[in-house]
Amino acid sequence: MAEWWTYSLSDFLMFAPRTYYRLFELMNEALWPAHIVAVVVGGVILTLARLGGAGAGRAAAGLLALAWLTVAWAFFLERYATINWAAEYMAWGFAFQALLLLAAAAPGRALAFRAERSAIQSLARGLILAAVFLYPLIAPAMGRAWRQAEFFGIAPDPTAVAALGLALLFPLRAMWLLLPLPLLWCAIGGATLWTMKAPDAAVLPAVAMLALVLAVAKTRSRRAQTRGAALTARTASVIDGRTP
Amino acid sequence: MPHPKRLARRTFLCAAAATGAGVLAAPVLADIPGVHTKPIPSSGEALPVVGLGTWITFNVGNDPAARDASADVMRAFFAEGGRMVDSSPMYASSQDVVGYGLKKIGGPKVFSAEKVWISGLARGQAQMEKSRRLWGVGKFDLMQVHNLLDWETHLPALLEMKAAGKIRYVGITTSEGRRHGDFERIMRSHKLDFVQLTYNIVDRAAEARLLPLAQARGIAVIANRPFQEGDLLRKLEKKPLPGWAGEAGCKSWAQIVLKFIVSHPAVNCAIPATTRVDHVLENVAAARGPMPDAALRKRMAEHVAAL
Repeated sequence: MAEWWTYSLSDFLMFAPRTYYRLFELMNEALWPAHIVAVVVGGVILTLARLGGAGAGRAAAGLLALAWLTVAWAFFLERYATINWAAEYMAWGFAFQALLLLAAAAPGRALAFRAERSAIQSLARGLILAAVFLYPLIAPAMGRAWRQAEFFGIAPDPTAVAALGLALLFPLRAMWLLLPLPLLWCAIGGATLWTMKAPDAAVLPAVAMLALVLAVAKTRSRRAQTRGAALTARTASVIDGRTP
Repeated sequence: MPHPKRLARRTFLCAAAATGAGVLAAPVLADIPGVHTKPIPSSGEALPVVGLGTWITFNVGNDPAARDASADVMRAFFAEGGRMVDSSPMYASSQDVVGYGLKKIGGPKVFSAEKVWISGLARGQAQMEKSRRLWGVGKFDLMQVHNLLDWETHLPALLEMKAAGKIRYVGITTSEGRRHGDFERIMRSHKLDFVQLTYNIVDRAAEARLLPLAQARGIAVIANRPFQEGDLLRKLEKKPLPGWAGEAGCKSWAQIVLKFIVSHPAVNCAIPATTRVDHVLENVAAARGPMPDAALRKRMAEHVAAL
């Protein structure tokens, strides 16, 4: 792109806010009552996240993969692509995240939720809770019609937020595998809303920032625990060696 | 208390909407007396000075209500004597919505202005054919290389298409003042019928070289982004209408901005975009009545610059 520095975000916004929100309205009309199923699935994921264990981790990842695939097809390909030619690429991104989730959920993978009580775990579960139950309230809270509400498993933003929460509950390797695409979507979605001058434009970037901070904190905490355990083991072996 | 001379776009529209009801019911007329036209230099064909853009406004996807609203905008536009409709493959569903509108209102006398916006000759040809099918026209009147993308490939092909009678005019486009240097070189080195660029009462960079060059080379000029995607009007409408508005036959800031643009001797046509019938009526009305002369244009620009 020539003279790329002369472009601003608004140059890439090819639709009006009214048109964007009408997508959700028309999609909600067309898919109802699938929303009930979506909320139930979100609730099941949240429950699995509280249960902990390898089976729960795999089941939650599988359900979330289904949600990402649904959004790729029902939102991006069927609807958003009619007003944004880049939506097809976004659909591929969401489908790829679904594949990553399925790969992570494959038998034999270490995808166990840690059954522990920590601030990070609580906040991660809070993200899932917010994505499933609070996100639909944003539209009416911002003065938009209820019919334009965004639901987990149907709309991309709450689905990405739930994915961030779930990823934070997984072991480090799986977590860092599953975080990038939801974070990327938060950046794209946030930029879109910001360009549209939407009052809730800060929500996605704020959630992404929180998730990133939590991920870094969890990584440092785990590494510190690992180092501590190694030190303890070395100390014990030294003590054992000196013991007559 | 509102200023007595302040006439916001909305206020004007109340009156316009009243006449709009009759306009929508009227048959689409090809040519309306009283509408200012300018000749395309390369052919002498007269074009009304206010056209219709479709960037953002016509990109409404499959929303049935919004597609019908766009068709209503087109119906009002043609009924009031408008002719040029401009779109691009870049504008997502806009082309499809234009085609829907043209079909719905029964094939009005449209001057179809399209663009090729892709790299590669074969892909460009396929894109233009797809655009033609979306519009539902036999051939385009004007085909432009959008933002100079792969212009080295497309421009010779477009000139061949013109020679073969597949299109009537050839042009290039830019916006927001980008690549004016390349633009000027192409204007000097190729036989163009049209150029499209950003020009309005505050974006006046084209006045320095491109507009005089267009006049000298006999190239018609289409002015895009006349309202800076609405931002300019939103700023101006907070201010009272100036006393000289009446001299220019303007009843709103939108008309002041449009008349300033199309009264430049080099500019053939401005292409404001809108989703509303009352707005399109207001825009097309700027193609009627007195046009500002050079002295008044100077006052207009100074007044707006001082706001």
